[in-house]
Amino acid sequence: MSIRDRLSGNEAIATAMRQINPDVFAMFPITPSTEIPQYFAQYVADGRVDTEFVCVESEHSSMSACVGAEAAGARAITATSSAGLAFMSEMLFVAASARLPIVLAVACRALTGPININHDYSDSMAVRDSGFIQIYAENNQEAYDNYLQAHRIGETADVRLPVMICEDGFITSHALENIELETDQDVKDFVGEYTPENYLLKAENPLAVGPYGVSGYYMEARVAQAEAMKNAKRAILDVAADFEKKFGRKYGFFEEYKMEDAELVMILMGSSAGTGKAAVDELREQGIKAGLIKVRVFRPFPGEELAEALKNAKAVAVMDKSEGFSACGGPLFADTAGACINMENRPKMIDIVYGLGGRDFTMDQAKRVYARLAKIVETGEVGPVYTHMGQRDKRKEVQ
Amino acid sequence: MSKKASEINENILWQDMTTGCEIYEGGTSRLTKTGEWRSKIPVWDPSKCKQCLLCTPFCPDSAIPVNKGQRSDFDFDYCKGCGICYKVCPFGAIDWKEVM
Amino acid sequence: MKNITEIRWHGRGGQGAKTASLLLADAAFMAGKYVQSFPEYGPERSGAPITAYNRISDERCTVHSNIYNPDYVVVVDETLLESVDVTAGLNPEGAIIINSAKNASELKPLLKGYTGKVFTVDAGSISRKNLGAYFPNTPMLAAIVAVSKCVEPETFMKDMEESYKHKFASKPYVVQGNLDCLSQAMKEVKE
Repeated sequence: MSIRDRLSGNEAIATAMRQINPDVFAMFPITPSTEIPQYFAQYVADGRVDTEFVCVESEHSSMSACVGAEAAGARAITATSSAGLAFMSEMLFVAASARLPIVLAVACRALTGPININHDYSDSMAVRDSGFIQIYAENNQEAYDNYLQAHRIGETADVRLPVMICEDGFITSHALENIELETDQDVKDFVGEYTPENYLLKAENPLAVGPYGVSGYYMEARVAQAEAMKNAKRAILDVAADFEKKFGRKYGFFEEYKMEDAELVMILMGSSAGTGKAAVDELREQGIKAGLIKVRVFRPFPGEELAEALKNAKAVAVMDKSEGFSACGGPLFADTAGACINMENRPKMIDIVYGLGGRDFTMDQAKRVYARLAKIVETGEVGPVYTHMGQRDKRKEVQ
Repeated sequence: MSKKASEINENILWQDMTTGCEIYEGGTSRLTKTGEWRSKIPVWDPSKCKQCLLCTPFCPDSAIPVNKGQRSDFDFDYCKGCGICYKVCPFGAIDWKEVM
Repeated sequence: MKNITEIRWHGRGGQGAKTASLLLADAAFMAGKYVQSFPEYGPERSGAPITAYNRISDERCTVHSNIYNPDYVVVVDETLLESVDVTAGLNPEGAIIINSAKNASELKPLLKGYTGKVFTVDAGSISRKNLGAYFPNTPMLAAIVAVSKCVEPETFMKDMEESYKHKFASKPYVVQGNLDCLSQAMKEVKE
């Protein structure tokens, strides 16, 4: 039986962590993720968890401590944002290649510069090639639910990869909304205990972790890691199916909203999707065949499934909330376009970079995106493929 | 899945690699002979050696076996060919030669 | 989006506008509503102008943008009237509620021609009288409930009593002061 409550995204994630009661939390604070270890410190002080709560001196160290703890056989977690994620970047690659299923909560925030504390995905997108599984949430409920699924996904035997549970900084992390929580016991039953086959503290079986791999081994190691990421697709769906059976809330690689007959499709991630859905509702009332896809799992990227979902679309706008500086579009666009390249009837596709550094994404912007898609369908002309939205600009917005 | 370090070599397929390249046993350095990784080697001349044992603490590895206060010939499994023993020997009892 | 009430709070860092927005969400939540309470973060400093928002509805609201056309605006610090465009986008069918000892008619000239209803309540005096300190957010919370009826006022008072008893379990002597703040502000908020 779910518990009706109201929590911010940060408190929702901290609650999930408390219910899971991990062995080690290596913490270092940074806005807007700071509240997560702050709430958790209270749980430690109140004796509600028996986690080893380690206050380290940097994010490089917090991820290093997690690597050590996880290799030792512990369930290790941490949380961070922005510059903190960038600083732990080196250790993310170590964690993933050592195949340690650490769970990292990220309250996504812009990277400098200019210095900014607000939300976009420039931090998580910058480490998308680290080998972490990345799962994104639209709101506090999804942040909580994704977190409950994270350990099981990462710890799956043929996956064994670390998981990043991403929420939108401030917009989700600091917004209080209704939420359905599950009981501590139900969460413990669902998540289960961590029982790795091999770990450093297993005295009867000495273990060496993280060896030097010369070119005679590196390629094989990376292929094996890539295969694990492919296996993660199956594990994510398995865990989601089990989650739905137990708690009744359904999850997949992405959420399709009014896609059955949609011709104009917006693809986006996180909290903006909620605003986009409200815009779709309004457009549908006007008879416009608008639909929306909210990407939940970005790593592994559900390319084939996305292409299948787009097979009846006529025009697609991919919305990137990070500027990849490729000069030809953001990372979500690159992967989406790549996924569609062999489709029989490819829809026209544009990329719009928006919402950087906390720039608000409004219903009005969403409707302008659909208006542009409608025009593309009407004229058959794609126009500029890669544009920005929401900035003050001498030039007129592409319409 | 291959578990023994002795079974892991540069012919292994990726499918047979251990997860995360973990090695599930200790002391596996014995499997790798690094003693041949030299371009020059020290050559000991027992007739000139005074058994002062100055060479032994300078040796950064375990290439100079000492038994009952007497050194014997080099153990080349450990010698890196750094030449420091040759440099410090006050009696010219260690020569420094190209590996043939 | 039907039956959705959107509220914007203006205050200064440290005055509890964000907390008031959280408390309003709490009260609405307890009354069975779907709620959103979120701050708009800029440079954080005590005394700096801050904005917080509430959405209160009968169905979950998925919109996560800021609120540009609020039904109600609450001004926790009347000195903001000079520096912040507090009525920007405010629905003329709605209302603005200002913490001030002045009458609404005295403040109207500062409201850039806003044609809707203007309410005032002397939250400072109410707070000082009942709590012995300046916590204007508690009276302002009652005032917005009284004016907007986004929560049924009677239910609100009952829920807040429960909430305060729980929140101040370790210092029960402040419960009555807070409740008195709420009921006095409900009575005294005037157009």
